[in-house]
Amino acid sequence: MAKKLTGKALEAALDRLYAAIVAALPNDRRIAVVGIRTRGETLGRRIVERLGKDLGTEVEFGVLDITFYRDDLSRRRGAPLVRATEIDFDLDGTWVLLVDDVLQTGRSIRAALDAIHDFGRPDTVRLAVLIDRGGRELPIAADFVGQKVDAPPGCRVQVKLKENDGEEGVRIIRRP
Amino acid sequence: MNDILIQNGRVIDPASGRDEVCDVTIAQGLIKHVGKARGKARETIDADGAVVCPGLIDLHVHCREPGHEEEETVATAAAAAVAGGFTTLCAMPNTHPPMDNDTAVHYVLHRGGEADLARVLPVGCISKQREGKGLAEMGLMLDAGAVGFSDDGDGVASTALMQRALQYTGMIGAPLMQHCQDPELMTGAMNSGPVAVRLGLGGIAASGEQIMLQRDLELVRRTAAKYHVQHVSTAGSVELIRAAKADGLPVTAEATPHHLLLTDAACMNYDSNYKVNPPLRTAADVQAVRQGVADGTIDCLASDHAPHAKEEKELEFNAAPFGIVSLDCALALYAKALVATRLLTWPELIARMTVNPAAVIGRPLGTLSQGAQADVTVIDPNKRWTIRTRAFASKARNCPYDGWRVRGRAVCTIVRGQIKFRR
Amino acid sequence: MAKKASESSEGPEPHAQAHADPPGQFVWTRKDLLGLDELSAEEITHILDTADTFKEVSTRSIKKVPTLRGKVAALLFFENSTRTRMSFELAASRLSCDTLLLTSKGSSVAKGETTLDTARNVAAMGVDIIVMRHGQSGAPHMLARNMPESIVNAGDGSHEHPTQGLLDIYTIRQRLGTLQGVRVAIVGDIAHSRVARSNILGLKKLGAEVVVVGPPTLVPQAMTAMGCEISHSLDDVLPDIDVINMLRIQFERFSSNLFPSLREYSRLYGLTAERLKLARKDILVMHPGPINRGVELTSDVADGPNSCILQQVTNGLAVRMAVLYLVSQGTE
Repeated sequence: MAKKLTGKALEAALDRLYAAIVAALPNDRRIAVVGIRTRGETLGRRIVERLGKDLGTEVEFGVLDITFYRDDLSRRRGAPLVRATEIDFDLDGTWVLLVDDVLQTGRSIRAALDAIHDFGRPDTVRLAVLIDRGGRELPIAADFVGQKVDAPPGCRVQVKLKENDGEEGVRIIRRP
Repeated sequence: MNDILIQNGRVIDPASGRDEVCDVTIAQGLIKHVGKARGKARETIDADGAVVCPGLIDLHVHCREPGHEEEETVATAAAAAVAGGFTTLCAMPNTHPPMDNDTAVHYVLHRGGEADLARVLPVGCISKQREGKGLAEMGLMLDAGAVGFSDDGDGVASTALMQRALQYTGMIGAPLMQHCQDPELMTGAMNSGPVAVRLGLGGIAASGEQIMLQRDLELVRRTAAKYHVQHVSTAGSVELIRAAKADGLPVTAEATPHHLLLTDAACMNYDSNYKVNPPLRTAADVQAVRQGVADGTIDCLASDHAPHAKEEKELEFNAAPFGIVSLDCALALYAKALVATRLLTWPELIARMTVNPAAVIGRPLGTLSQGAQADVTVIDPNKRWTIRTRAFASKARNCPYDGWRVRGRAVCTIVRGQIKFRR
Repeated sequence: MAKKASESSEGPEPHAQAHADPPGQFVWTRKDLLGLDELSAEEITHILDTADTFKEVSTRSIKKVPTLRGKVAALLFFENSTRTRMSFELAASRLSCDTLLLTSKGSSVAKGETTLDTARNVAAMGVDIIVMRHGQSGAPHMLARNMPESIVNAGDGSHEHPTQGLLDIYTIRQRLGTLQGVRVAIVGDIAHSRVARSNILGLKKLGAEVVVVGPPTLVPQAMTAMGCEISHSLDDVLPDIDVINMLRIQFERFSSNLFPSLREYSRLYGLTAERLKLARKDILVMHPGPINRGVELTSDVADGPNSCILQQVTNGLAVRMAVLYLVSQGTE
């Protein structure tokens, strides 16, 4: 189990990601950050907090659980707990930043886009991911990337955040 | 030249008290000699390590013929019997039409003869059409070859009729076999109790069996008839029979494999393979029935082999018919319930399947004495095997024992001096 | 067969890896819901928590998620029921699941086809979930034993009505925050009631206390085998309970001589405003519906501030969505 990114390296990636986001923020529309459960939510919260502190910008924050929108539900493999989606603001006409921890096939993002459009019609949707590990199955691209990581297909890239896991780092795990 | 020589087996013959390793010689359909073999035989069976005993007798089998040949026939029941080590089976009369006259008795005997496997001994109805109203022609049936009488499937509810029946059978000297069940307490599908409450199913109370048994014993006191209690299922019934025997009444009794092994908790998943009449009872009842067999209160072991077609049992629990089949595997089940638990030794077990049931029906079977009918079962008491219903010789598959790992199996079954089954 | 959450939400689909829950978290694995009897407290809680999620869907402008899109749920209602049926139909529809409806009137059942054959024939059209209401206890169990499709029990004879039990428990949890130590009274024909059995089983598993109330002919002593207390006096029980669930009295019970008359029943066991004064001010009043106004409940109680009856119906939708979703994901 090789650690690919240390806590420090993760912090650097997050900083790069943040800087790119700030540079692209519009100033003529409402801004909303929507984090995809579970670690996308954590990252989203951090981004919102930083935006509030650095820029004094009030930004809406929502959380999306995409379980009900996944396209692989026909494969039965048991059901862990789904938590509620919390988007209690109006999405119409907003500039939405979708946040997720790892981008690979693009299917989660497709599901997230479907879910968002059941809530309303945003003006723009941009995607920010901490790690892009390649391997797209759909034509989805991230607008903002913290770090590109090369992981062979049989492996899982696992992001650890202190709010969720008690530590910070990115690991590549060979799956059995 | 003799026909069959069974060598070196542990010969257990409870009728004569024999339990020793020796040979059994069969010639012309009879036991020629038990002891060191003299002379050659056409067929030799090496019974080293096996038990050699009189052919096993099952007093309670439903052959379903005439009327429901899709479930079982006399031939297939007889085949299942010999596969299970049984040389004699008693055919119950709840056929369609019911066996309530000598023609029906002749028919079943004839079919048994045609099959030429286990002996098939008919049990005739007590009442005409099995309706519980008027006496059937028991004398004529006895002459035709019936060995006893029963309205099995139901008990005789009318006290007056039962009294007359006992007086009558007392006169003709055949046993009256009762399925003790008060019909008004029979409005359920399983044993009355906490499990039935939980499952939302109507219950069949234990008292239903005991009430009819108690009534019958009162009547038996006043007549000379031989009275046989079929499929004893409750602790209360065991108590009643024990007391009756202590009083010297001519009462005998039988128990089934399922009442020795299963409780009503088995019904929790609504699997109709556990639906049987009398129903599976509580653990305390199972213990009492086992104890009753061990101390002789219950004299015989009888399967109540009750075949049903697959589509009949694939119904909701309430809608499915009652019945479990076990001829193909009953021996191993009795061993599991009684020998493995050290309640009985093999000779004691065999007595309850040979000399005791033979005495109930008053036939010279169930013994290996010289000149007796050459009905012999050879058993490997240590053989471990798994019960697989798809391999049953019976037509039916309705039993809960599929996949059970058991010990003890018949390896050769000889009827009238001919090998009818060999594994 | 509870797999670790991290394994199960991944599978061979790498896109799911980012959303793995912490290992060791509970995962639902059952493909059927036949009753609450065989469920653990954890499983029941999981259903209730999942129902919370689905409540949120019902508050959106588009009250639908594509979760069971392309799936088919067959509703086999061998016993009449408009409300449970409608609730399941709507729940399926909210999950984007197609439904088929078969009622026994005028169907093959009337021609003597067995339950299993009817179900198999319907399933052969390509059905993923069978929701069945049947007059015989154990009918869904028989189907589950013989068919690979998911079986959801919408009421079997006198045995269980698990989704009703779940929505009743959900309603209590919603209003009181917990079930631990909550005292619940269930009033009515307990002996024949599948709603009562499911409630008793589920409530006990989650730590509530249950007392069943009614005349001895409808509430026999044997019911204590379910783990509840028994009382034949509603007035005695009222001061000491947090929730009262009034069951519907069926008129046919009276023709079978289990109770002299409706008038007498409602006098002894009907919940009136007067009687309610004996209870705690904030007692929850529940009823599975449909109500016989004036028999089990008077109108002022049914429509009064203590009544959760309409909430029960609303919650029923979320609970049934949760159940349909979960069994569709079940592996065994």
